[in-house]
Amino acid sequence: MKPRVAFFDFTGCEGCQLDALNLEPDELLGLLGAVDIVNFREVRTDRSDEYDIAFIEGSITRESEIARLKEIRERAAVLVALGACACTGGINCMKNAYETEELLKGVYGDCAAYYDTIPTRPADAVVKVDAYIRGCPPTTTEFVKVVKSLLLGKKADLPNYPVCTECRRAGNICVFQRGGTCIGPVTRAGCDALCVSAGRFCWGCRGLVDDPNLDSEKDILARYGLTIDQILEHFRIYNSCTEATQCQK
Amino acid sequence: MSEIKIKVNQLTRVEGHGNIHLEATDGKLDRVLWEVTESPRFFEWMLKNRHYDDVSTISSRICGICSIAHTTASLQATEAAFNIKLSEQSWLLRKLLYDAELLESHVLHVLFLVAPDFLKADSVIPLVATHGDVVVMAVRMKKLAYNLAEILAGRKTHPITPVVGGWAKLPDIEALKAIRERLDKAVDDAETMVAVVKSLAPGIPAFDRPTEYIALKDNREYAFITGKIASTDGGTVNLNDYAKVTNEFCVPQSSSKYARHKRDSYMVGALSRFNLNADQLLPKAKKAARELGLKAPVTNPFMISVAQTVETMHALEDAINIIDKLLARGIHEEEVKVKPRAGRGVGIVEAPRGMLIHDYTYDDSGHIVSANCIIPTGQNHLSIQKDFDTLAPTILDKPEEEIRHTLEMLVRSYDPCISCSVH
Ligand code: SF4
Ligand code: SF4
Repeated sequence: MKPRVAFFDFTGCEGCQLDALNLEPDELLGLLGAVDIVNFREVRTDRSDEYDIAFIEGSITRESEIARLKEIRERAAVLVALGACACTGGINCMKNAYETEELLKGVYGDCAAYYDTIPTRPADAVVKVDAYIRGCPPTTTEFVKVVKSLLLGKKADLPNYPVCTECRRAGNICVFQRGGTCIGPVTRAGCDALCVSAGRFCWGCRGLVDDPNLDSEKDILARYGLTIDQILEHFRIYNSCTEATQCQK
Repeated sequence: MSEIKIKVNQLTRVEGHGNIHLEATDGKLDRVLWEVTESPRFFEWMLKNRHYDDVSTISSRICGICSIAHTTASLQATEAAFNIKLSEQSWLLRKLLYDAELLESHVLHVLFLVAPDFLKADSVIPLVATHGDVVVMAVRMKKLAYNLAEILAGRKTHPITPVVGGWAKLPDIEALKAIRERLDKAVDDAETMVAVVKSLAPGIPAFDRPTEYIALKDNREYAFITGKIASTDGGTVNLNDYAKVTNEFCVPQSSSKYARHKRDSYMVGALSRFNLNADQLLPKAKKAARELGLKAPVTNPFMISVAQTVETMHALEDAINIIDKLLARGIHEEEVKVKPRAGRGVGIVEAPRGMLIHDYTYDDSGHIVSANCIIPTGQNHLSIQKDFDTLAPTILDKPEEEIRHTLEMLVRSYDPCISCSVH
């Protein structure tokens, strides 16, 4: 029997799901031939509670989502966090800097009571996650790589070194040399330094490398005469949920 | 006593989470509700204190389908606040990128999400076996739009290169030439799309509920990222005064705000644009409209996909024209100059699903003091509800499955972008 695959969306923009299917036509048809997509609310109506691999998109921002995620975990043999929101909490964590009350009142005023929210957390703060496909959104190359290894029952071999390595390989001039700041030195690679190559800098959407040398980021800052606040302003966009941000506050 | 109870939890083949709820007794409607259950993300608060250079990066994450629209509205709001005028080259590139999004989003909606409704399929997946050619054509068109965006913006979802005042990196001329050829060929695909939609059209439910149609209007062109706010009920409104049109309010059954202007509801999106601006469509798109029998004013919401099909052709033609202009004038490095200043700026664009508004107030260091975003689907929720109110009583004699399907089709035809509407 073909592995049964399900996609579930939590709090996010659904860009990961949509992008995941932006494969080349033959890749897409190949994938559709290799698995049974039994649950994909965004593109298909029929649903099933029987699945082997569950892809989780989005972060957890409501009590009800905790229960739903636990239920999915129980049914799935393999649970994959798809994209920054699911892997690290993503940009949704920026809201954690505010009290829930302030957020609700601020955005919804008198009707705040209609809305429901809790501080944002990534999927693995709620359940065990078996694999991560990082990025906001993930690249299709990495999506395909992880899916292929899952189908073979293996762990995908993903980089655990910083974006700088890929950035230099791509022949980019370092953003720091151009007078900007960049989160690349502490961010997990795998995107081929996509944003720097496109003329910008790394925002850190793939989360920290396992053993981030935050001191080296500090050294760079000192070398280029930048303050820690300048880097944290960027760091907090994607990494507000990580401890590193909390302890440097 | 005969009872009908319909509860659709998490409607499928739409972006985001919404429910349909209908109850009727003895052929009389007790209630019919369109409920939005998406989680709020609080973007307006997350944008506070953010530096202008990061603002469009953050706000594009409001939506994965129309992130180019969000980026564009966001950049235009910041540019308006800082009083920045784009160069002609930057402007042409921005419009070209916009065409890419429109193309991708419309093809996705019409051929992947809506078409299965007419073919009694649950998704596009079984159509691979029964309508393989059309599916392959649709995948090809989507991929083309994706690649066009990639050449310009580094990627389609959450573009990288567009920045306040211009572009962080310019596209490669050779890449533009190559994609120009693919766009040319895609005109045939768009013609096939017109034929496919025409063949499905007899399945479009006969239903009319005239309402107010609102879209941008510009006397120079079929407006997507220019112009003023216009209504089929007459008059135009300046961008800065959008709140006079949107008048947002909340309802308990929805985690998205609602909007209302002159009547009990208004509609934004492809049909509104068509109703207001059909005369300005490019020639092939006009021909497609004739072919499909689309003539303004159209008051059947199920026709939104038909208007999107016409716009698909328009976006293709527009993209080809822009690339020709760029190739003729050449692409030159330009310095992006930004000088922040305190003040407010409003950016409004026509996202694939309708009028999208970003409104920012900056301090003099270029950090956001306050932000407001109004999303097309937020403006359409009430129109969906009012359509429900009018449509549901007329179909209660049908089998329950058909009632459910018709209501689902109605919501889907709006191409709702629900997580975007909640943001
Ligand atoms: S990770 Fe990025 S692309 Fe994916 S859902 Fe979150 S915001 Fe959207
Ligand atoms: S700091 Fe940024 S720009 Fe510099 S090498 Fe690392 S990733 Fe590249």
